[in-house]
Amino acid sequence: MPTIIINDEKIEFKEGMNVLQACELAGIEIPRFCYHDRLSIAGNCRMCLVEMENSPKPIASCAMPATDGMKIKTNSKIVKDARHGVMEFLLINHPLDCPICDQGGECDLQDQAMYYGFDKSSYKENKRAVNNKYMGPLISTIMTRCIHCTRCVRFSTEIAGVDDLGLLGRGEKAEITTYLEKAMNSELSGNVIDLCPVGALTNKPYEFQARPWELKKTETIDVFDAVGSNIRVDSIGKKVLRVLPRINEDINEEWINDKTRFAIDGLQKQRLDKCYIKENERFQETSWKKALDRIILQINKTSSKNIMTLSGKLSDVETIFSTKMLFDNIGSNNYECRIDNVRIEPKARVSYTFNTGIARIEESDLILLIGTNPRWEASILNARIRKSYLNNNTRVALIGNKKDLTYDYEYLGNSLKILEDILNEKNDFSLLMKESKKPMIILGEAALARQDGNCVLNVCRKMCEKFSIVDKNWNGFNFLNSSISKIGALDIGFYNESFSADVQKNIDKFCSNKESVVFLLGVDEIDMDIFQNSFVVYIGHHGDRGAHRADVILPAPAYTEKDSLYVNLEGRILQAHQCHAPLGDAKEEWKIMKMLGDMLGANMKFKNLHELRELICLSNELFREINVLHKNKFSTFGISGEIIESPIVDVINNFYMTDPISRSSKTMAECTSDILKLNKDALIPND
Amino acid sequence: MSRHPGLINKTEFPQPDNFSWTEENLRKIDKIIDKYPKKRIQSAVIPILDLAQKQNGGWLSQKAIEKVAKTLSMSIIRVMEVATFYSMFNLEPVGKNFVQICRTTPCWLRGSDKLTKIAKKFTKCELGQLSEDKLFTIVEVECLGACCNAPMVQINNDYYEDLNENILLKILEDLKNNKDVKSGSQIGRINSKPLKQC
Ligand code: SF4
Ligand code: FES
Ligand code: FES
Repeated sequence: MPTIIINDEKIEFKEGMNVLQACELAGIEIPRFCYHDRLSIAGNCRMCLVEMENSPKPIASCAMPATDGMKIKTNSKIVKDARHGVMEFLLINHPLDCPICDQGGECDLQDQAMYYGFDKSSYKENKRAVNNKYMGPLISTIMTRCIHCTRCVRFSTEIAGVDDLGLLGRGEKAEITTYLEKAMNSELSGNVIDLCPVGALTNKPYEFQARPWELKKTETIDVFDAVGSNIRVDSIGKKVLRVLPRINEDINEEWINDKTRFAIDGLQKQRLDKCYIKENERFQETSWKKALDRIILQINKTSSKNIMTLSGKLSDVETIFSTKMLFDNIGSNNYECRIDNVRIEPKARVSYTFNTGIARIEESDLILLIGTNPRWEASILNARIRKSYLNNNTRVALIGNKKDLTYDYEYLGNSLKILEDILNEKNDFSLLMKESKKPMIILGEAALARQDGNCVLNVCRKMCEKFSIVDKNWNGFNFLNSSISKIGALDIGFYNESFSADVQKNIDKFCSNKESVVFLLGVDEIDMDIFQNSFVVYIGHHGDRGAHRADVILPAPAYTEKDSLYVNLEGRILQAHQCHAPLGDAKEEWKIMKMLGDMLGANMKFKNLHELRELICLSNELFREINVLHKNKFSTFGISGEIIESPIVDVINNFYMTDPISRSSKTMAECTSDILKLNKDALIPND
Repeated sequence: MSRHPGLINKTEFPQPDNFSWTEENLRKIDKIIDKYPKKRIQSAVIPILDLAQKQNGGWLSQKAIEKVAKTLSMSIIRVMEVATFYSMFNLEPVGKNFVQICRTTPCWLRGSDKLTKIAKKFTKCELGQLSEDKLFTIVEVECLGACCNAPMVQINNDYYEDLNENILLKILEDLKNNKDVKSGSQIGRINSKPLKQC
């Protein structure tokens, strides 16, 4: 390995590193503004200057490749003076308005000015002022503070893949803006707030809400899509104020999408915090005892064959497991998680997980997207595909609805019939499949939530076998799931095989013409009319469609208010933590199930969360290992049959509102009206 | 600093509704693009912007910028960055005669200040402003590389050198009256040859 001498100490480094990275290896921190390890190098802030032997001037360490035998000094007088000088230059036009700046307390400029700057300036001239720019409902701008590091521009061009931000003008007139001050048209736009080293781009909904040191910081998991991004939730009392990404190289690197970051104001609205019983078509507030008694009464009146439960988009593993336990105990196996009618094979884990793993997308050389819009169903995963497209020259092809996915792809059409052609080598794409070393197919929910879903699955499996998509070290078969609850529910066995042929129809049949009791675990995305003859118990946290239909409402905590396990689309077990106590009277679902079970004389074999988790692990050993990607054995799945010629219908038509929390969010409503319309009218009109 | 239509970041002026290439320019564009590698046609952005500016009467409208972006399959903001970076691209309408007065040291020592003053007075407008008759925009610029014949101005594509207030005034008047004017040195100097042999 090559070595570099930093401050008279020999350090080994890897080929291709720059001097700044080598210094980091030596444990020396180099101040910086423009350099960011996930973005291209700009070298324009000059804060990272160090002294290099035989160089007449100090060098920008971020832009200088480290070479064998190089001698670097980071603690000399020259370096100290250089840092002073750069700092003074950066502050010539900076307004120094820290007391009214949201970045205060977590500002790179503030911190570095303290460590590396000095306390005077030779400039007495007027500072320049820059008009603030509109960048949409999420990003607030105070452009006078901008130091032109261009991190935001590089992020939007490179990672987010939308050429929206730019640096106009030059010199003293340089300004960051979007073209004609349109909102930034990206699902990842919020990340520029974290990247901006100063307070020029800040979180608009969080504006002037709190100082960083007042916040309670909880490390947890995001639930708005099935990626399971690692997040940090900052809260004060019972209010969540903001969400930041946590680094997890395997999942979200250090990005999160805008729904994850900004939908949290929905946690304050439309909340169910009391028990309710419907009497004469009106909800009456009531106590836990009365509500539970009412439910027990109804259960006792009903044959256990006629009791059913459905899990919703955001249900955690504990909820689903304890519900299943209750149902097994009262002799009903009518539990179901596949209400979206997606025809995966519940017995073959490989058929319903993202087997390649998010991180290994980067290794793939060919990706076939089938009936999915990853940009909306899993924005973070889409960013990986883009990364692979940029760095690995990955070719992407799409069967489905044409969309701007932030990378180029080959459009094969909007018919699943094409899959049969590819399989039978009647399509040119077959050749690419054959030649590819690490091909991936990504199957979306839209491709399987159809009458012929099983056949589509079957053809895809055959493709895997034929084109060596699956081998010892590579599993290129992927199902892209969009709700965080689904895989956990399947892993636990929260489904009824007799429903499998057509889940929606069978649920419909189950409910029609007979009195039944239905437990909805936060289910809102289903046709509520089918419950006409049912007694509906809604357990959840938002007064959305499910709650409106309910006969009894039991309040439960939202994802930030409980300790729970989730399983992400890769099948990775993730652990979420409670940020604050549940609102009002809400109780964790597993506690509710325990109470109901005890009242019904069922044998609920746990007393607390710890025991419950132990039971979960006993039922499925996978749950013992947190944040581990398991290899699923490839097996047969799907049913042979003919694929029907009909266009694919996307599952998400509004990225910003997909679940009860984001539907209640004002910020998400603004995004819907401000950003979504940009997607519709293309920026360059055709003439 | 004085106002200059090439040094603004915004297009605020009432904008024309469209811009489309003339047949002739379309042919020119093909020729220009041909000079660059197939996958790098965006490198042609400066000559194409220049073409658009010429076609559009000396300035780039929003639609012209969008058109250039489309012609080169670039995002608009990238074109906008280039257009705002170079002061030679004007983002506001300019007069038929775009007068750039050099004000860097050699010209300044030889009286460029006076030229500016007289030009302002003649056109009755401030620097960077479009005159009422739409014939003139006067701006000050840095060295145009003809210092040996200082002071000098550039009007559209031509240099006028060895000026003084009266000569400049005459040139401006002639331009206003649509008369022909002679470019280059105004005192009979050949290129940058010394006037007297020493
Ligand atoms: S807005 Fe922030 S991130 Fe963007 S260039 Fe300015 S300082 Fe850098
Ligand atoms: S960090 Fe090296 S120049 Fe900005
Ligand atoms: S200083 Fe005027 S042309 Fe050089």
